Amino acid sequence: MSPPQANRSGLLLSAGAQRRQRVARMLGQSFLFAVASVSAVAVLFIFVFIVRDAVPFFSWERLRGFFTSTRWYPSGSPPEFGALAIIYGSAMVTVGAVVVAVPLGIAAAVCLSDVLPFGARQIIKPVIEILAAIPSVAYGFFALVVFAPLLQEHGGRVLAVMVWLLGLPLCALAVLVLSDMLSRLAGHHGRKGPQGVIAAILGCLFAGLLIWLSRMAAAVQIDSGTNALNVALILGIMALPTVVSVSEDALQAAGRELREGSYALGATRAETLLNVVVPAASGGISAAVILGFMRAIGETMVVWMASGNAAQLPQPFYNFLMPVRTLTATIAGDMGEADHVTGSERYHVLFVMALVLLLISFGCNSVSEWIIWRRRKRLGV
Amino acid sequence: MKRHVFSGTMAAMLALLPLAVMGETKLVLDGSTTLGPLAKAFAEYFMQQNPGVKISVSESGSGNGAKSLINGTCHIATMSRAMKPEEVQAAAAKGVNVVAHIIAVDALPVLVHPSNPVKDLTVQQVKDIFLGKITNWKEVGGPNMKIVKISRDTNSGTYECFEELVMNNEKMANDVEYVGSNGAVRQRVMSTPAAIGYAGLAFVDKKVKALKINGVAPCPVTARNKTYPIARPLYMYTNGEPKKGSTLERFINLHKTKKGREIVEEIGFVPAD
Repeated sequence: MSPPQANRSGLLLSAGAQRRQRVARMLGQSFLFAVASVSAVAVLFIFVFIVRDAVPFFSWERLRGFFTSTRWYPSGSPPEFGALAIIYGSAMVTVGAVVVAVPLGIAAAVCLSDVLPFGARQIIKPVIEILAAIPSVAYGFFALVVFAPLLQEHGGRVLAVMVWLLGLPLCALAVLVLSDMLSRLAGHHGRKGPQGVIAAILGCLFAGLLIWLSRMAAAVQIDSGTNALNVALILGIMALPTVVSVSEDALQAAGRELREGSYALGATRAETLLNVVVPAASGGISAAVILGFMRAIGETMVVWMASGNAAQLPQPFYNFLMPVRTLTATIAGDMGEADHVTGSERYHVLFVMALVLLLISFGCNSVSEWIIWRRRKRLGV
Repeated sequence: MKRHVFSGTMAAMLALLPLAVMGETKLVLDGSTTLGPLAKAFAEYFMQQNPGVKISVSESGSGNGAKSLINGTCHIATMSRAMKPEEVQAAAAKGVNVVAHIIAVDALPVLVHPSNPVKDLTVQQVKDIFLGKITNWKEVGGPNMKIVKISRDTNSGTYECFEELVMNNEKMANDVEYVGSNGAVRQRVMSTPAAIGYAGLAFVDKKVKALKINGVAPCPVTARNKTYPIARPLYMYTNGEPKKGSTLERFINLHKTKKGREIVEEIGFVPAD
């Protein structure tokens, strides 16, 4: 029981102390806000400076030529700035890189989070993350000095190996699924004997298909090893750690309860993974795919060294075995000559390319945000 | 007491640091990758003869070298082409008076893979190959292979020399591959049997084959007497005439000394006469 004359002011702050505390809190908050907004302000400034130096190039004929002409001769007389082939080259190697990195990355993430034992995950995840720490110029050097001659000398064999690597899992899956479907149609569902026979026949058919495809691939002659295939593969390997890390985090974040609930309802591991866990983590997985895409489109050193830098549209449009040129390599390669004083059009067109890259990045970011927002809305979170 | 001793020592060391740095003269070179090996050999020899001089050599391309000299970030711009009128104007606008010194003469050999049986071509044939009019080696007496054309990027003095002397300023075909340095050209040609490219004379060795052009093989003698058609002078540009007796002046005139000429020949260029 406190004494009646208790000194209440010992529990309350004096007016001066209150004012000091308020000022200190405001100072602290403003300082933290300033520090946090430096990154946002920096991005804004980059945007402003790039737009400022790209705008002098803007005129209807020049922009039309930029986006529709494939003739890139910045040092010619008269100079021509047709960047269609360059934009197509960027798109081509990025699509190739995404095709390599996304299936491999998501499959690896699913393995790491749900299939492999915990000990294996502890070893494999750091190894995959080391791939992300290798400098891109080391990748470029490997692509130029080791991989390009390999493609030139043994191009057919490398392509045949790729056909087998991609084909075997797909064909095995197809055999399993088709034999199941066919045996169900034939009314023999559940009986191992007939299903086994169907699977064996289908297996022979698919094996024959693979052998024929790999023979065709082995007959291909690659003229130049510095081409879109080389760069797409290397970029895919570079984007892989990003995709694996982010997907794996998303899969882990789905939570044990979800998986246990699904198992409790009697689902097998495959059904849990395909129908419950992966859809639950789909927001994070899409974010991972978009991060991988942005890594691939912004990469400069590898494409500058190993893509051949030929500003041409590949004939036919899906021919990855021809050299291509990307936006990033053009900016890096032409920067030295495009001096502000000695040729302004050549200087400003590089900024237009940088603006295109920036807009693509912003676009990807917006798409990623929209996907997450839409999922959140659908789940009512 | 201990704190005072420590801070006193630190203060003394910091005060002496500028003195340590002041004792050195620094020379910064920037520019052509063609001149790279020569500039580095000169720098090494000069630093040996003059301890206390620090010379740094960068190779970012002739265009970048000119830019550096104009912006004052280098003392000597090494260039494998003459400065363009716009560059000279830009320099004058910044108060930089560019003075050219011809250090050596270079020939641009046209390189092919050692396994390629073709031994010589005319300038017109080389031009047609790079224009895309000749696309297969069998059209010029070689095997039935599609020609893989390797060029230097447009940033380079080597490219501009080739453009002027061989292409007559006509635009190359759009399937020509561009690489970033003379070393990269050599690397691509030596690993691609169907390749054709061009680099400086200093980059020819056993792993690549230099073709005869118009019947003349590229070598120091033919470069100097102008019988080899694709030859060019190599420049070092300074801001104004170097002061007599200064380190800069001694370095610039190194190519006139006997040892300088030896180094030039060792690298594979031709001493300027």
